[in-house]
Amino acid sequence: MEIAENINALFGRTTEQISNAPRSLDILPIGTQARVTGVTGSGAIARRLLEMGVVPGAPVRVIKAAPLGDPIEVRVRGYHLALRRTEAKTISVTSD
Amino acid sequence: MSSVLESPSLDSQNADAKHAPARPLVIALAGNPNAGKTTLFNSLTGLRQKVANYPGVTVERKEGSWTIASDLRSARLIDLPGLYSLDAASMDERIARDVLTGNIPNLPAPDAIVAVVDATNLERNLYLVTQLLEYGRPLVIALTMVDLALKRGLEIDANELAESLCVPVIPVTAQQRVGLDDLSKAVLRVIGRKAEGARWRLSDCTECELMALMSGGGDSIDRQTALRTLYADELPQDDGLREAIESARERLAHINVNWWQEPLIARYDWIEQISSRAVKKHAAPRLSTTERIDRILTHKFFGPLILIAVMLLVFQTIFSWANLPMDLVDKGFGRLGEAVGSLLAPGLFRDLLVDGIIAGVGGVLVFLPQILLLFFFIAILEDTGYMARAAFLMDRLMRGVGLHGKAFMPLLSSFACAIPGIMATRTIENPKDRLATIMIAPFMSCSARLPVYTLMIAAFFSGRKFFGFLSVGALMIMAMYLLGIMVAIGVAWVLKRTILKAPTPPLVLELPPYRVPNFLTISQMMISRAWLFLKRAGTVIMAISIILWALATFPRPPQANVVNNDAAVAQATKAGEESETDAGVKTAPGLAGQSGEQLSQSYAGRAGHLIEPVIRPLGFDWKMGVALISSFAARETLVSTLSVIYNVGKDRDSSSDSLVNAVREAKREDGSPAWTPLVALSMMVFFVLAMQCMSTVAVVRRETNSWRWPLFMIAYMTVLAYIASFITYQGGRLLGFN
Repeated sequence: MEIAENINALFGRTTEQISNAPRSLDILPIGTQARVTGVTGSGAIARRLLEMGVVPGAPVRVIKAAPLGDPIEVRVRGYHLALRRTEAKTISVTSD
Repeated sequence: MSSVLESPSLDSQNADAKHAPARPLVIALAGNPNAGKTTLFNSLTGLRQKVANYPGVTVERKEGSWTIASDLRSARLIDLPGLYSLDAASMDERIARDVLTGNIPNLPAPDAIVAVVDATNLERNLYLVTQLLEYGRPLVIALTMVDLALKRGLEIDANELAESLCVPVIPVTAQQRVGLDDLSKAVLRVIGRKAEGARWRLSDCTECELMALMSGGGDSIDRQTALRTLYADELPQDDGLREAIESARERLAHINVNWWQEPLIARYDWIEQISSRAVKKHAAPRLSTTERIDRILTHKFFGPLILIAVMLLVFQTIFSWANLPMDLVDKGFGRLGEAVGSLLAPGLFRDLLVDGIIAGVGGVLVFLPQILLLFFFIAILEDTGYMARAAFLMDRLMRGVGLHGKAFMPLLSSFACAIPGIMATRTIENPKDRLATIMIAPFMSCSARLPVYTLMIAAFFSGRKFFGFLSVGALMIMAMYLLGIMVAIGVAWVLKRTILKAPTPPLVLELPPYRVPNFLTISQMMISRAWLFLKRAGTVIMAISIILWALATFPRPPQANVVNNDAAVAQATKAGEESETDAGVKTAPGLAGQSGEQLSQSYAGRAGHLIEPVIRPLGFDWKMGVALISSFAARETLVSTLSVIYNVGKDRDSSSDSLVNAVREAKREDGSPAWTPLVALSMMVFFVLAMQCMSTVAVVRRETNSWRWPLFMIAYMTVLAYIASFITYQGGRLLGFN
């Protein structure tokens, strides 16, 4: 921990700022609530994600991972969605 | 309550009807998957519905007749496939759009659309509604699961929703028939009235671009057309418009790299405004029932265990429950054949009818109980919502070979029978993934292979045990199942890297709330699938049965006479009896009635001699060749063909033991035994891998809409089977077996 904080201090950031910085949905720990900031990538998958309500501003919560760690289950707009980590990577989120 | 006739808006409907007085109203039912669309459709139409396919695709077309008012002609209610959007990403969405715009032959554009909206999932369901509004057709919203939403602390103000969307919103509980009358009245009221477009706006820059597109060029277009053209995947044909679109896109991309996302985000912004006005949120239980169930069913450890238990249960019941009705069907056709045989004068026509058509069609119908049972389970698993969980649990493993988690259930079904399995691949959206799944489905050892395995094991591997309790027979059957699975994995791996090359399919799958299955929905699904199977596969099977019968009958030996024909009937009866003792062994289409001698003279027999040099390296002689040829129609006919060839069926008391003995004692021309354990093993390996099921070929032809894939399937599977059998037999000989 200390080392991590030192490194962050070197770059002039605090741990707090790191947790608020946008990151992708696939690395969020299980049980985390976050807010979508954008869907990168183009093509059918990005479109489908947006159509299903994964748009900037929408709250998402990581519910669980499948037995082999992939895919993951998230809750968005009151329903449950399963997606692979590759798809989750294209969704950038920020902690509330 | 004013009657429907007095309502002023019906005049406009009558006025509208003047344009097309002859046709009934056409109403389309649209909605997200799991929104309660099927339940509403069933409640509105009762059993007056038909299922077909849209021309050229395998998207199911469900249509029913809806008594919309007692004094009006019944309306045609079109059940669109479950959709999340109309942007034509999948085949379902393209079809839905074509229906809404009237681009389906013999189906006018709908007079009104009923959008089914799930109250528990309002925002995502409203996304499709915004798109439907943009098409400007008369629209009514049927709001489902209001009570369930209340339980979750969501109180929805239908009036507020109706006002915001400018369309009627009718809360319905389809199973209790609550709200259905109001729905009919609302539909009649909106007919002839265009829905106002969705009132969401884009950024100023984008709106300016739209204005420019609308006024620019020769003929002006409306906002919706401009919007659709600007964001469509394909560019317009018209040169001027295409240039305008291209430069507009370039300017928009300059401002925002994700310019194409703007309308999607804008729709959700509008939806959030509406839902914040129309939905009151109360305190709700922290965990919904579904979440509580999922804590166990998709648990890291218990989830897979339960999945295995469910699979075992399904298999056990399919194998044990289906036996009784299968025997009944089999016996019924045996009796029918007997009855027809005794009524008609002996001759070619009687033979064709009894041995060709009745035996052949009976041979297909015998699978119907299994197919019905399997579809019963698939329908229950789908209707409860468990199927999506199975895909969730299995996705990582399936992805290893480049397949989708959704391919798991169809492949599992194929262990019972590849036909329902292949039909169940319809849930896989990507055509290449679906094709890859279809192509490997027949490697799963189906129930029709069991009689073959059983005969071979009974003849050569029975009685031996490992460690005193593991029977060699059980181990061999398991080895055959494993061989099929391994080859399937290998083939999928190769296919996904060659002719069906595509990136690993994405998984964006809704895990719907668990629901008590609706038995009306389930029985209707079973009936419609069974009917599709009977109608299409049945016609092809009938044709092939006749051809096989002809091959085994002609040319007729000169001494063919009445006595011979009587013997043939006795033999057909015998084949029917045999299946009583040996479930799954059924009459061989086309071959049941032929005597061994006649068979060897026939075209089929000659073909057996002809292919003998080719199959000799596999350890097979010409008699096995005849059996192999006949089993290309259906695998289990190997057993009945062998009993014909070895003339086991002469005395009516013979049990299946006699076939086992006949196989053991069969000699080649040189006096050496025709069958050895190695030959039997080679034969089993061949049966694991070869494409020997005309019903499957017919279904693949139907599902892929071309002869290319079924022919490819026959070719590659036969080649694989040959190579594997060759390796087994020749390798075995090198190791000193014979």
